[in-house]
Amino acid sequence: MSNEQKPIDFAGFMRLLTSGADPRIERTERAGSCGSGCECDPEIERSGGLGNKKMSRRASLAAMFGGAVATAGVVRAAANPLEAEAAKERKALEWEEYFKGNFRLMTPAERQQTISRLERLAEMKTGRDVHIAGTQARPNVLYGYAFNISTCRGYRDCVKACVLENNQDRRSNMQYIRIFEMENGRMNLEDGKADYFHDVPAEGHFYLGTQCFQCENPPCVTVCPVGATWKEPDGITVIDYDWCIGCRYCEAACPYWARRFNWAEPVVPAEQVNPRQHYLGNRPRKKGVMEKCTFCIQRTREGQQPACAEACPTGARIFGNLLDPNSEIRWVLANKKVFRLKEDLGTDPKFWYFMD
Amino acid sequence: MFSFFKDGIVVATTGGRAYHLWMGALSLVMIVGGYAYSVQFREGLVVTGMTDHVSWGLYISNFTFLVGLAAAAVMIVLPAYVLQDVDFSRAVLVGEGVAVSALVMCLAFVTADMGGPTRLWHMMPGIGYFNFPQSMLTWDVLVLNGYLALNLLIPMYVLYQHYHGRQPRRNLYVPFVFLSVFWAFGIHLVTAFLYAGLTARPYWNTSLLGPRFLASAFAAGPSFIIVSLVMIRRFTEYKIKDETLHKLGLIVTVAAQINLVMLASELFKEFYWPTHHSLSARYLFFGLHGHNALTGWIWTAIGLNVAMTAILTIHPLRRKVKVLVPAATVLFFAIWIEKGMGLVVPGFIPSPLGEIVEYAPTAIELLVSAGILALGLFVFTVLAKVAVAIETGQIGKGPTGEH
Repeated sequence: MSNEQKPIDFAGFMRLLTSGADPRIERTERAGSCGSGCECDPEIERSGGLGNKKMSRRASLAAMFGGAVATAGVVRAAANPLEAEAAKERKALEWEEYFKGNFRLMTPAERQQTISRLERLAEMKTGRDVHIAGTQARPNVLYGYAFNISTCRGYRDCVKACVLENNQDRRSNMQYIRIFEMENGRMNLEDGKADYFHDVPAEGHFYLGTQCFQCENPPCVTVCPVGATWKEPDGITVIDYDWCIGCRYCEAACPYWARRFNWAEPVVPAEQVNPRQHYLGNRPRKKGVMEKCTFCIQRTREGQQPACAEACPTGARIFGNLLDPNSEIRWVLANKKVFRLKEDLGTDPKFWYFMD
Repeated sequence: MFSFFKDGIVVATTGGRAYHLWMGALSLVMIVGGYAYSVQFREGLVVTGMTDHVSWGLYISNFTFLVGLAAAAVMIVLPAYVLQDVDFSRAVLVGEGVAVSALVMCLAFVTADMGGPTRLWHMMPGIGYFNFPQSMLTWDVLVLNGYLALNLLIPMYVLYQHYHGRQPRRNLYVPFVFLSVFWAFGIHLVTAFLYAGLTARPYWNTSLLGPRFLASAFAAGPSFIIVSLVMIRRFTEYKIKDETLHKLGLIVTVAAQINLVMLASELFKEFYWPTHHSLSARYLFFGLHGHNALTGWIWTAIGLNVAMTAILTIHPLRRKVKVLVPAATVLFFAIWIEKGMGLVVPGFIPSPLGEIVEYAPTAIELLVSAGILALGLFVFTVLAKVAVAIETGQIGKGPTGEH
């Protein structure tokens, strides 16, 4: 499927024109096309100049102002010396966090540093020991998903599992997955209902689930003004929550309504926080940034199934590696009649629907 | 140089009772807007009416409209500097003042819409990551700031020379004027492309969007300038001839006519054979499944648009300043509705998955917007007052050899 013909698009043309100047794009294309089976380390490929210069400039900025703010923190938290010490540490960590770079362009050392800082901050905030992974894409892996619309019965166990797994905001009841209850005989999402509250399956209906389709050609990535969202070599479109400026252009650009915005500070009760996290996945988000389904990057990069696929009681969800000829997803694509939503837009989603 | 700015500040801070009342009222609105923004800054954008379904609202609507207002300065700049039309030369500084204050408002509206305004430095080339040329938003950042710089520098040079009683050197500033003419078209086309590039939103994904943005801008912008000129003529000794107003009125009329032609062709395409892609238009004009929050607004806007264009099209009527000014004012507000909320909000309804969630701005959004509009009017008043003072020789040596 990698040699499928793609429509000629202006944005792609412009990308070609500038690929030499853009370390980000260069890397994706190489990672996608080399096929040598090695795990490409972006830092080694992005050798040298530009990135490092950026870092040092930013680091010196942080150093210039850092002292002043750290002192201010101490002055504010006066009374208890222990508390003061903690407040000072927290301020210092937050300050360094503010000046850190885009995760994609960080060196491995910088990545490790920010992960340590975030783990420490989470521990101070919730009193829980969390682990934030920075696991990179595995070689020869391209994730794909297939959804069986004849076996889904609309239970929405997947929705619940997704919320718990991915630390989504409980206050706004944020959900990445939507299950549409569709009338038999019609294939029009506008007539479907995603907010049904009755016993399922309802007579004369079938169920169709949507989430982020991890497009091979994602419009959300193209429009982001700061490069806070990108497609990883294993095909997952991720967001650096700390780099996102919250302009919501990606939310307008997504044809599948897969992106969500944190309109307020998200709330997850400390005891419900899933401590097994990934920097680009389910680590807690903050107010004013975008988030989305990452095919449970914290699970799938460790060789597990996404939470939604694992939770599905009817086996309607098939997830796997598109590059593995023996995978179940490849069997579905080879033996079932499949379709995708809005194929005419040229987004090339890696999420197929099929029926028995 | 120092006395130029010092005299400017003195002029801006002195004036009659009416002037102080006006500036005081604007300041008050700005303070209230600032407070409303502080609430939004603390709580997040949850205090607005926006949702994951309608993720841009009043702020981006105003931004879009005001980019047009800024671009419209070109309709005066072009004839005044390039064609050396005498009737326009006295109005051109006002046009540039409108552009500057509109751009200030644009930048403020965009910043108010950001989820993480403190992280905006991520966009700065060098220390951040500027996703150019892929993201149309980065194009917009470039063209808006560039246009702001041009519209500050050109009039500042001209005024500075006039202040010292010198004739500005044409070969020094006219190249920049030419640049600003192209740039003006650029800012509005780029802003239209920001929407038109989104295939996810068929309502915006039309090649007519750019031209229509320009036409409506060249109707609304000069309308605003007409009203400003009449105000300046009434409150200062700066002479603005009726001929200037008439020429501007003609520009407004032609642009409004073209805008209506495009509206008609858009309506035809959406409703002769409505498809899925026409659902947003159906929502806007007729309502969808009982949801019709915008239908009243859009028909008001279209009614006023048609009526004002008809009035302005009749020469004897348009040439009466008493008719021109109210007609231009009404047209300005009609286009504001049509191109602000009428363009941005329906793009989100229904959602790409067919769900209908409506949008209405909250009090916080209205107050923040009012504050930003007051800021714009404040900036414009200061700029216009200083420019008029220099041009009439109230401060400095006054322009020589002209008029």
